[in-house]
Amino acid sequence: MSKEVFSGAEIVLKALKDQGVEVVFGYPGGVTLPLYDEIYKQNFLRHVLVRHEQAAVHAAEGYARSTNKVGVVIVTSGPGATNTVTGLTDALMDSIPLVCIAGQVPTQLIGNDAFQEADTTGITRSCTKHNYLVKDVNDLARVLHEAFYVARSGRPGPVLIDLPKDVAVGKGAYVSADKVKHRTYKPRVKGERAAIQRAVKLLAAAKRPIVYAGGGVINSGPEASALLTRLTRMTGAPCTLTLMGLGAFPASDPQFLGMLGMHGTYEANLAMHDCDVMLAVGARFDDRVTGKLSAFAPGAKKIHIDIDPSSINKNVLVDVAIVGDVMAVLEDIVAEWQETRSRIDAKALKAWWVQIEEWRGRKCLRYKPNGNGSTLTKPQYAIERLFHHLKDRESYVATDVGQHQMWAAQYIGFEQPNHWLTSGGLGTMGYGMPAAMGAQFAHPKATCVVVTSEASLQMNIQELGTIEAYKQPVKVFILRNNTLGMVRQWQEMFYEDRLSESVLEQKPDFVKLADAYGIKGLRATKPEEVDDVIAAMLAHPGPVVVEILTDPRENVFPMIPAGAAHNEIILGAGEADDTDEGSAEGMVLV
Amino acid sequence: MNAETAAIEYHTIGVLVDNEPGVLARVIGLFSGRGYNIESLTVSEVDPTNRMSRITIVTSGTPMIIEQIKAQLSRLVPVHRVSDLTMEGPHVQRELALIKVRSTGEHRVESLRIADIFRANVVDSTNDSFTFQVVGSTDKLNAFIELMQPLGLIDVSRTGVVAIARGNKPL
Repeated sequence: MSKEVFSGAEIVLKALKDQGVEVVFGYPGGVTLPLYDEIYKQNFLRHVLVRHEQAAVHAAEGYARSTNKVGVVIVTSGPGATNTVTGLTDALMDSIPLVCIAGQVPTQLIGNDAFQEADTTGITRSCTKHNYLVKDVNDLARVLHEAFYVARSGRPGPVLIDLPKDVAVGKGAYVSADKVKHRTYKPRVKGERAAIQRAVKLLAAAKRPIVYAGGGVINSGPEASALLTRLTRMTGAPCTLTLMGLGAFPASDPQFLGMLGMHGTYEANLAMHDCDVMLAVGARFDDRVTGKLSAFAPGAKKIHIDIDPSSINKNVLVDVAIVGDVMAVLEDIVAEWQETRSRIDAKALKAWWVQIEEWRGRKCLRYKPNGNGSTLTKPQYAIERLFHHLKDRESYVATDVGQHQMWAAQYIGFEQPNHWLTSGGLGTMGYGMPAAMGAQFAHPKATCVVVTSEASLQMNIQELGTIEAYKQPVKVFILRNNTLGMVRQWQEMFYEDRLSESVLEQKPDFVKLADAYGIKGLRATKPEEVDDVIAAMLAHPGPVVVEILTDPRENVFPMIPAGAAHNEIILGAGEADDTDEGSAEGMVLV
Repeated sequence: MNAETAAIEYHTIGVLVDNEPGVLARVIGLFSGRGYNIESLTVSEVDPTNRMSRITIVTSGTPMIIEQIKAQLSRLVPVHRVSDLTMEGPHVQRELALIKVRSTGEHRVESLRIADIFRANVVDSTNDSFTFQVVGSTDKLNAFIELMQPLGLIDVSRTGVVAIARGNKPL
């Protein structure tokens, strides 16, 4: 071993190189100056200067989600660190692997209310998977490698490293990644053999099976999606995906029922309600998915595959629990299925599909092109057309949060994993544009689109500056309705249409705003213009902001009101009036 | 099993953790953040060579919640092992209390007599007060404190529960 010593800042750069990091998103400040000086001196690492630290985290999320790599963020102390809290919480909820390096005031000043000091490890303890305060430069290399390991292993998540300025300047030894072994954190990867055998037996005896898969499949890697597809086709069972799982199973496959849950399809939710065996893969029985817990798939035996033991039996008690990585477990299940020559009873399966086709026949995603007496573009139509134009391109779609997010999830079909970037658990408005930007840095040749609204976009609009500065051809696709659409929809449905603080002004003019940033702006004021505008947007080599003026009274359907069961799904506006206003239990839920 | 109507149980959980800054905050934050109960919590380093501490938590909840608590504790990165002593068979549970009683005359003598029954020791004494040290189960300490109440109880300090499994196995 050499006794060579390096500054803390040099150690950070060496560790990032060791970990194969190519892009970081960040913003410099007083205490990170030593680190930024090292960034200046090297050229393996591309640093993207964002306009706000929250956006740096979302960009790293987009980068991570679209590549299955760990996203990296560098911010300064105090406000730099506190600005990351929303992004870190978002990554924790959606299991996105991130490493965030935050500067901190020198160790001797910690606790003194120094300039730009915040208790960063204290503040981020509950919004990270783990965090570290490094007080000794000789611990730094180990902590960095551990952070990457913790971020990507088990159920992935964000890890924060608080780095005091004196540690960044101080000299210490470097250890490489292969020399660092974690003392305690060793998540289980392989599933228990007996549980896998029981699962296969249960699945083979099913008469009305369903596969319900989520974001864990995406986290496990593209191979996991391929195995999920294989197993679903082998069994002949229908497959439904959560919001986070879209792309894990090809949307064009006849066995795909669409997304499930609050705004899921009629066929997916009814099939979940009536199934007799449910195979839950990398999904966590979120309240948006289950609806009323006591009426959730009441007749079903449930098999749950999850890498996180705390996700099992948290909301829903299951019959067979398999703790392990989705890919490893599915590999074993497929092998066991073949070895035992398992088959689901063909007659029962056929009857099940007859029932499902009947539900499908309701065509729950139909909408009235002239509904509400409005001649404005229907948001569903704009997204359908966008999907049509994106079909033959290598494209990544990010969204913000609200009605447009649900329409994008309903009307865009994803054939592969990692191409859909959305804030599922936390529901962070302002996630979309930086996430699309992060994906664009990872996939320079691909078309990266963010479907957004004027409200969500304005929560991180400053990133138009970053997109332009780095000439990233991100396409910002705004469904403009000048309302907080989802809030408005609930006010209309559950609060007698009292639109309390949910109507926005008609400003800004996004075409002019784009122009101010040096970005091309386009607008479609009527449905006939939508196709041309999308074509022009995709034909332009640089970033584009597109504003589609849409019908502000349009609602997202189908809908399972909060606290209702899957079979109480509302298909359209006419039907909503017939149902009672939801249970008292439902009113307190969100 | 209905999760909402299931009976509340008390469990004693032993947790072996890395003795590093913030580890207790992580455990406590987990309990407060997820709305779990802490009836008692003790912590101390038990293995200085390997920098390990042992946390003993007495908590309450339905069986489903208890399972969640254990799974969530296991998920914390610096946690080595989580052991539900209540579930895993016989174990010994002890607590220590320092109890100050101010009284004179017959009450003063009576407090000494009761202390004798409870095998409590006098660790400090003045003309009109005793401080007793008593060790035992939570119930025993409660009973002792209750008996001291009418005799001039003025101050109580308790350690909280420590526990260890019977037999020859470590945690």
